[in-house]
Amino acid sequence: MGAHGAILQVKGLQKYFPVRAGLFQTVQAQVKAVDGVSFHVQRGEILGVVGESGCGKSTLARLIQRLIEPDAGEVHFNAENILRIPQTALKPFYRQVQMVFQDPYSSLNPRLNIEDAVAFNARVHGDSRSVARTKAWEVLQKVGLRAEQFGRRYPHELSGGQRQRVNIARALVLQPTLVILDEPVSSLDKSVQAQVLNLLQQLKDDLGLTYLFISHDLHVIEYLSDRVLVMYLGQVVEVGSAEDVSTNPMHPYTQALFASTPTMNPDDRLDHPPLTGDPPNPINPPSGCRFRTRCPHAMAVCATATPPLLPRGENGRQVACYLYDHQTQTGSSRPSVP
Amino acid sequence: MADTTAIRMPQDLLEGPVGKPMSYWQLVWWRLRRDKVTLGAASVIVMILLAAVLAPYLTAYEPFQGSIRKRLLAIGSPGHILGTDEQGRDMLTRLLYGGRMSLTVGVTPVCVALLVGATLGILAGFAGKRVNMVIMRTMDIFYAFPSVLLAIAISGALGAGIGNTIVALSIVFTPPITRIAESVTTQVRAWEFMEAARASGAGALAIIRHHMLANVLAPIFVYASTLVSVSVILASGLSFLGLGASPPAPEWGLMLNTLRQSIYVNAWVPALPGVMIFITSMSFNLLSDGLRDAMDVRL
Repeated sequence: MGAHGAILQVKGLQKYFPVRAGLFQTVQAQVKAVDGVSFHVQRGEILGVVGESGCGKSTLARLIQRLIEPDAGEVHFNAENILRIPQTALKPFYRQVQMVFQDPYSSLNPRLNIEDAVAFNARVHGDSRSVARTKAWEVLQKVGLRAEQFGRRYPHELSGGQRQRVNIARALVLQPTLVILDEPVSSLDKSVQAQVLNLLQQLKDDLGLTYLFISHDLHVIEYLSDRVLVMYLGQVVEVGSAEDVSTNPMHPYTQALFASTPTMNPDDRLDHPPLTGDPPNPINPPSGCRFRTRCPHAMAVCATATPPLLPRGENGRQVACYLYDHQTQTGSSRPSVP
Repeated sequence: MADTTAIRMPQDLLEGPVGKPMSYWQLVWWRLRRDKVTLGAASVIVMILLAAVLAPYLTAYEPFQGSIRKRLLAIGSPGHILGTDEQGRDMLTRLLYGGRMSLTVGVTPVCVALLVGATLGILAGFAGKRVNMVIMRTMDIFYAFPSVLLAIAISGALGAGIGNTIVALSIVFTPPITRIAESVTTQVRAWEFMEAARASGAGALAIIRHHMLANVLAPIFVYASTLVSVSVILASGLSFLGLGASPPAPEWGLMLNTLRQSIYVNAWVPALPGVMIFITSMSFNLLSDGLRDAMDVRL
């Protein structure tokens, strides 16, 4: 599956954060938060981005939303390179691409009531006060919060799940085409998570949206996504459809991730954790493949250069691992998790 | 200083009312209405203010006219309910007219410092690192001096007079307010809703106006209100030292100075200006405490 008809195309995106220390605050090192990430998002699909904390997923989201400026790379939205647009001319872009934030408690202004908070987005783009309020009521209705009951309430009077719905409403009031969701359900209880996820699915179907869904929770990603992208330490290690990746993870990191998720079945209890240790420091990542220090299948070639993300198998599957260098396209024996 | 809020606040003030949703300011007002001590302090200030404004109607005497024959009459003398000072002027009259000056010199510097300090602090918090550094390190220079000494030094350099006192005190109070403003602005900027506001495509000014100011002004205002009581005392102190109002102005601090020698003749009359300074300063102090309690709502 090629990148034609892709609503979002990211090529070689890179962001290093300088580490300043010393008397004159000189740059001592760089945190390589996002290091050469390339992928695309098809119109109407849900791309799930999964990875550990610190792998650069949130930075990636903010780079695409242009809340942070990337150091290198291209981001094409609707075939237009949005990185070329100056900051002052970004308003039309923000009409189309919106973001839902992670923390329901700090992502809403405590001094604004719900309808004003949602209407603010509409007013920024030129709507009058009454038109913006009507739009806010409509979209609040869509997320399941009745405007008469909730409109004038303040964030501290709502539960976490309700606040997150307000977050979603705020992102949707401008009728965007692409919604970037940065761990939208991570701060919620499981039961509430399910409600919000179902709401997101329903909204996507009703409004024809495209989602870039970021999470560290594999179950959530599996539940919602059409395609999955696995990140490790600022780089993409595997891409594929959700079914393929979950039933047949190819990259050793993905395999370990799926093996690590706890199950309720005591028979599935493991003796040894499939993945030990902490991810290496992004200031000084290992040479070559960044996962080789924790990889059970590390070889000599893994230390030489970063494995490129290459197509393997069918259905647009891509893996960045030297293990598959000598495999055929249809994939023969793959190493399994011990 | 021990935290006395646990003693003063009944439990129901720590939560809000049940029922209709309230905005932050409605909540603050609701809590203030229930706080007896703050209401008391506020009424005292209102009374002093009214007395100062309506002074001509409350006494028949003139604050500058005295009769040497009647000097240093005791409190409760016929015709002079609070006695007279060393030049025979009626104390009650001088205290009432003095209220005008003392309230002005107490409140004006804080207002000026609030305006200048809040602007500088919010600018420092919002703008880049370099602007921040320039503003904050300049304020640090002023912070190096104890506030009383700084006030005396600036007053001494500018010369005597109420106007110069106001200028001096404004300069003394601007750095602390700037510091608070910068700190609060930096904190609020880190909240995710600020990022969300930027992600909506709003410009910096719209974000500041709609999202930041409401969250930032409240703590700054609370801090500034605590400075009013300090300002009253500092202003009186400067006048006492001869750096503020000059005689025959009926300013409380100045009255303390001129009445100092008369303690041996009549002990209570010289204490009266001090009592007024104390009442005024204490009332502002309690009011600002109550304001802080009411505005510190856990949202």
